Amino acid sequence: MNKRKIYPSYFLIGALVVYFVLLLLPSLVGIYYSFTDWNSFDPAIHFVGLDNFKKVFSQDELYGFYIFNTIKFTVFTTVLKMVIGFGVALLLIRSVKWVNFHRMVMFSPQVLSFVIVGLIFRSLLNPTEGFLNETLKMVGMGALGQNWLGDIKWAFNSIVAVDTWKGAGYLMVLFIAGLKSIPDMYYEAAQIDGAGYWRRLFKITLPLLMPVISITLILNITYGLRVFDSVYVLTNGGPGFATGVINTIVFKEFSNGTYAVGSALSTILLVFVCGICYFLMKALTQKEVEY
Amino acid sequence: MARLLRRLLKNAFAWLISIIVLIPFAVMLVNSLKTKEESYSMTLKLPAVMQLQNYLTVIEQGNIIASFFNSFMYATICVVLVVLTCSMAAFVISRNETGFNKFVYLLIITGIVLPVNYVALMKVMQVTLLNDTRLGISLLYAAMNIPISLFISTGFIHSIPRELDEAAIIDGCGPWNLFFRVIFPLLKPIAVTVGVLAFMAAWNDFMMPLYYLNTSEKWPMSLSVYSFFGASMQAQRQWNLVCADIVLTSVPVIVVYLLGQRYIVSGITAGAVKG
Repeated sequence: MNKRKIYPSYFLIGALVVYFVLLLLPSLVGIYYSFTDWNSFDPAIHFVGLDNFKKVFSQDELYGFYIFNTIKFTVFTTVLKMVIGFGVALLLIRSVKWVNFHRMVMFSPQVLSFVIVGLIFRSLLNPTEGFLNETLKMVGMGALGQNWLGDIKWAFNSIVAVDTWKGAGYLMVLFIAGLKSIPDMYYEAAQIDGAGYWRRLFKITLPLLMPVISITLILNITYGLRVFDSVYVLTNGGPGFATGVINTIVFKEFSNGTYAVGSALSTILLVFVCGICYFLMKALTQKEVEY
Repeated sequence: MARLLRRLLKNAFAWLISIIVLIPFAVMLVNSLKTKEESYSMTLKLPAVMQLQNYLTVIEQGNIIASFFNSFMYATICVVLVVLTCSMAAFVISRNETGFNKFVYLLIITGIVLPVNYVALMKVMQVTLLNDTRLGISLLYAAMNIPISLFISTGFIHSIPRELDEAAIIDGCGPWNLFFRVIFPLLKPIAVTVGVLAFMAAWNDFMMPLYYLNTSEKWPMSLSVYSFFGASMQAQRQWNLVCADIVLTSVPVIVVYLLGQRYIVSGITAGAVKG
C-alpha cells in the first residue's frame, strides 16, 4: 500500500496553518520587532539594534524588578502547589470517606476562569467590606485584618495564595493518577522487608512518580512565567508597581503604544521559557526510573 | 485506638480543605441574595429576605445574555475546528511516521509551553483582517488549543488497530472515506475529551478579547463580568449585584464540569501522566 496516498500530508494543513499563523509566526516576527522602534505614533519602523534590550536591562528602569517578580511568583506558586497538591493526593488516595466528593470539590476551582476567581477574591479580600476582614471582626480578631490587596507588604503574597487556591487541585488530580499507576506489589515487598511509611515514600513513591513530577514542574513553571490574568484582575500590578509581572507590563506597553518594548519583553520571556524547558527536560529525563 | 484516631484526623483534614475551597463559592451565593445595604458586610450571615430580583437586575444591566451567546459561539467554533483539524493531523502523524510528519508534530506541541507574543500577534491580526472580529477570536482560541489537543489525540490514535485501515482500503475507501467513515467514529471518547477541554479553555479565556476585541457588543462573558465589576465598584459598591453576576457567569462552566467531569479528568491526566 502507498502510505502517502492513504495518509495524505494535506490532512495536516488545518492544524498546522492555524497554529503557525496565529501562535508561532507572531513569536518569530516579534523577535524581529524587538530590534526596532515600532510604536503607535510613527507608522515607519526603523531598526535600532539592541536599544530595547539595553532599556529593559538598565538600572534606571523597573523592568528588572518586574522580571524578578515574575520569577518569584513562579517559584512560590510552583513550590506551594506541588507540595499541597502532593499532600492532598496522598491524603485522598485511600482510607478517607467520601473520597470522590472531596476530589471533585478540590478540583473545582480549576474549571473556573482566572477572571472569576480573581473577582471572587477581590470581593472577599476587600479591606472594609470583604468577607475575610468582616469575619475576623465577627470572631473578635479584627486586629488581624489587613488591606490584603492594597498593602505592599501583603499584595504579592495574596496573589500567590489565590493562585495556589485555584491551581493546587489540578496537581492533586495529576498526582492521584500517578500514584494509582504504581503497582501495589512494590509496597507489599517493601513492607515485608520492614520499610516504614517515610522510607516507602522516599524510596518507592517519589522515584516512581518522577515522570509526573517533571511534567507538572514544566507546566507550572511555564504557567508562572506567563502569568497575566491573576495579577491583572487582582491588583493590576499595584499598589503602585509592586506586583507587576512581565505580561502585565507587556499589556501596559501595548496600551501605551510602545510596541517594540512590549515585543522585546515577550522575546525575553520566550528565551526564558525555552531555556528552562530545555534544561528541565535534560535534567529530569536522566533521573527517570524504569519499572 | 490510635488507628481510629488517625482515621478520624484524616477525614477531618479532608473536610477542612474541602471547606476552604467551598467557602468562597458559598459567600458569593449568599451575598448575591442580599440587599445592597446587607452586602456591605460580606459575611456568611443569611439575608433577611431572599432578593432574587438581583439576578434580573444583573441580566439587564450586565449584558449577560448577549455575552453568553458570544462566549458560546466562540467556544463552539473553536471546539469544531480543534476536534476536526487535530484528529485529522493526529491520524496522519501516528500512521505514517515520516521525518516531515514528526517535525510537524514536534513543532505544534512546542506550543504547549510557548509564550504568545501578544504585541506581534496584533500585527498579524491586522494584516489578516481578523482584528476585532468574531471569527478572529474563535480562530485564536483554536490556535491556543491545538497543541495540547494534538498531543492527546495522537496518543489515543495509536490504540486503534491498523488492520481496520487495511480492510477499508481493500474495500475501496479513499483517505477521506477511511478517516470519516471508519476512524473518526472510533475517536468519539477522545473527541469528547478534547472538545470539553477546548470548550472550557475558550470559555474561560480573558486575555485574547482584552487585546483584540475593542467593540463591547462582541465581548464574551469573561470580559463583561470584569467590566461590570469595575462599573459597580465605581458607582455605589453594589456587592450584591457583583456577586450575582459572578454566580451567573460561573454557572455554565460548573454545569459543563459536572456533566463532563470524567472526560476532563481523563483528558488532563492523559495529557500529563502518559506524556
